[in-house]
Amino acid sequence: MKKRIFKNFAIIVLLSQISIVCFAGELTVEPNGTISTIEQALTQAQPHDTIYVNKALYREGNIVIGLPVTLIGVDWPVIDGENAHEVLTVTADSVTIKGFTIRNAAISYIEENAAIKVKETLGCIIDGNRLLNNFFGVYMEQSEAATITNNEISSVAKREANSGNGIHLWYCKSITIRNNRISGHRDGIYFEFVEHSKISGNISEHNLRYGLHFMFSNHCRYTKNTFRSNGAGVAVMYTHNVEMVENIFAQNWGSASFGLLLKEITDSEIRRNLFWQNTLGVYTEGSNRLQVNDNVFAQNGWAVRVMANSMQNHFAGNQFLENSFDVATNSRQNFNTFEGNYWSAYRGYDLNRDGIGDVPFRPVRLFSLIVEKQSASLILLRSFFIDMLDLAEQMLPMLTPETLIDRKPMMKRAKWLAEVYRPEAMLGGEDQAKTFYDRNEAVAQH
Amino acid sequence: MMNTTMKIIKYELFDVLRNKWLIGYALFFLLATDTLFRFGGGGAKVVLSFMNIMLFVIPLVCLIFSLMYIYNAREFIELLLSQPIRRSTLFRGMYFGLSAPLALGYLFGVGVPFLLHDNGAHLASLIMLLLSGVLLTFVFTALAFQIAAWQVDRAKGFGAALLAWLVFAVLYDGAILIISFTFADYPLEKPMLVLTMLNPIDLARILILLKSDFAALMGYTGAVFQHFFGSELGVVLALTVLAGWAIAPFWLGARFFRKRDF
Repeated sequence: MKKRIFKNFAIIVLLSQISIVCFAGELTVEPNGTISTIEQALTQAQPHDTIYVNKALYREGNIVIGLPVTLIGVDWPVIDGENAHEVLTVTADSVTIKGFTIRNAAISYIEENAAIKVKETLGCIIDGNRLLNNFFGVYMEQSEAATITNNEISSVAKREANSGNGIHLWYCKSITIRNNRISGHRDGIYFEFVEHSKISGNISEHNLRYGLHFMFSNHCRYTKNTFRSNGAGVAVMYTHNVEMVENIFAQNWGSASFGLLLKEITDSEIRRNLFWQNTLGVYTEGSNRLQVNDNVFAQNGWAVRVMANSMQNHFAGNQFLENSFDVATNSRQNFNTFEGNYWSAYRGYDLNRDGIGDVPFRPVRLFSLIVEKQSASLILLRSFFIDMLDLAEQMLPMLTPETLIDRKPMMKRAKWLAEVYRPEAMLGGEDQAKTFYDRNEAVAQH
Repeated sequence: MMNTTMKIIKYELFDVLRNKWLIGYALFFLLATDTLFRFGGGGAKVVLSFMNIMLFVIPLVCLIFSLMYIYNAREFIELLLSQPIRRSTLFRGMYFGLSAPLALGYLFGVGVPFLLHDNGAHLASLIMLLLSGVLLTFVFTALAFQIAAWQVDRAKGFGAALLAWLVFAVLYDGAILIISFTFADYPLEKPMLVLTMLNPIDLARILILLKSDFAALMGYTGAVFQHFFGSELGVVLALTVLAGWAIAPFWLGARFFRKRDF
């Protein structure tokens, strides 16, 4: 059934392409020309026309695009919402918006004003725009098969209450979000009830709350995104079948900040991501059957914090480097497995030289349990007394969860790590994402 | 009178600098820091690894070395006291003559590798490391002077010094832990702050920790500490308390020394 729908859809798309080739007209908006406003062009246009908008400042209030047209900005025309309106509202299928600077969509406590709002459409394309200082950047509801690519979306949000999201999707399906750069909004990317969508190559940073925030959005795939220095990192909730691969979660520092917060996420995959310098790398609560493989956890406060209500999660091949706490939990019970990870804190030996340590590793320090119970005792971090306690507990575990143990700790870092993780380069201002992707290519070749 | 103090300091300085112990002490720091740089990676990590060494070694060495020096110099002290020199002048001169080279040895041992290896990216934490190390030197030398002035008996003196070291370096933190669990139902951030203020080693540790990136990992609790120690007022207050930890034993020691019957 699904296949047939797709087939039909493909045919429709094909037909519409043909119609564009055969009948599409062209209009040009030019302040001194015959068509001086975008509004005017839209009233004159036939479906599937292309409207070129020349460089100028357009202040036309809220522009509603009610028929399938392609809008192309020539030399970055500016459409200004004057902090009083929503700017573009798209209500027709197959609308393309490309090459515009859209700014100053009004902040409102009642309306969700956006630079580009897309409502109940199919196949819209928003490509290569600059959305500056808007309440919401792109706001999409009940739409399908849209792509949002190569946009630069930034704002200067100061308070959560009066700021909107960079890319906001609600009840959407099969959306592609690629190579956007989002900063200064409330949430960088926000998903609610979105399915079968792909999010790749985006950079979401310095947002007030979350870099990425999704709920009830099953079957989505996130790859090669960078979430950096966001107020509270990334939060994903109430979702199953999510794939998060090769993303960077970096420098989410703060008293309530996470690299990646997983709440009731099930049957999902978290693979080859980099968690670097976060207060908390991965936090899982009520999350089951996750495959957490081949990630790098470096220089985090807590690398992984697994609550006892998370079960059957499998951690393998991860590289834990220089975290203050590798794994923390709130219970003596443990229903998750750790196997074949590299732990920089591991001090065991390998007599038969097969690369696997002969002594199992217990990643939960006694001190992390103490801190879990009484957070003020964190002030004793790195004191001798605590180190002594930890050592004693390592030798004769009494309080740390018995089954939370890596029976096959790796003796050496994975070979790919050197290419994947180069902290000095990243600190030195080299493009973090580039460093990361290059090395992922290298990893893929291994 | 100031002149006499300076003379004593000068004499002590040369005497101590000739001492092999001190050279060993400086070399130890030099080697430790250099090795950490060579094998431990980046500067931020070196600061933290070195912090552990420093917090362990400085108090112990300052206590033992100073005590040894004073007990060995007993005849010399008696000789000087037979001259028209005020006791407080002698005490002051000896204290600075001993603590200054120890502090210099530390500065040299740690500073040189940092100058060689680090590009200045961790200047804030380095300065905090040097500053708190020097202050700890003064604190524990003063403590040694107090003990020496109080206990004539060598064995008792060393016993007291070791006990003091054990309390400050290890037992105190255990006590804090017990307190934090006993009163777990109360908001403890502020009492904990005060408690750590009362132990110079803890104070130095937290000052350095909070100058490094580690502060952020501490969650809400960390935020409270960060808010206090991270602010200028907090740093100044912490350093003042640390200095107070040097002044109080020095003053007490001077009192003992004045009243002591040789």
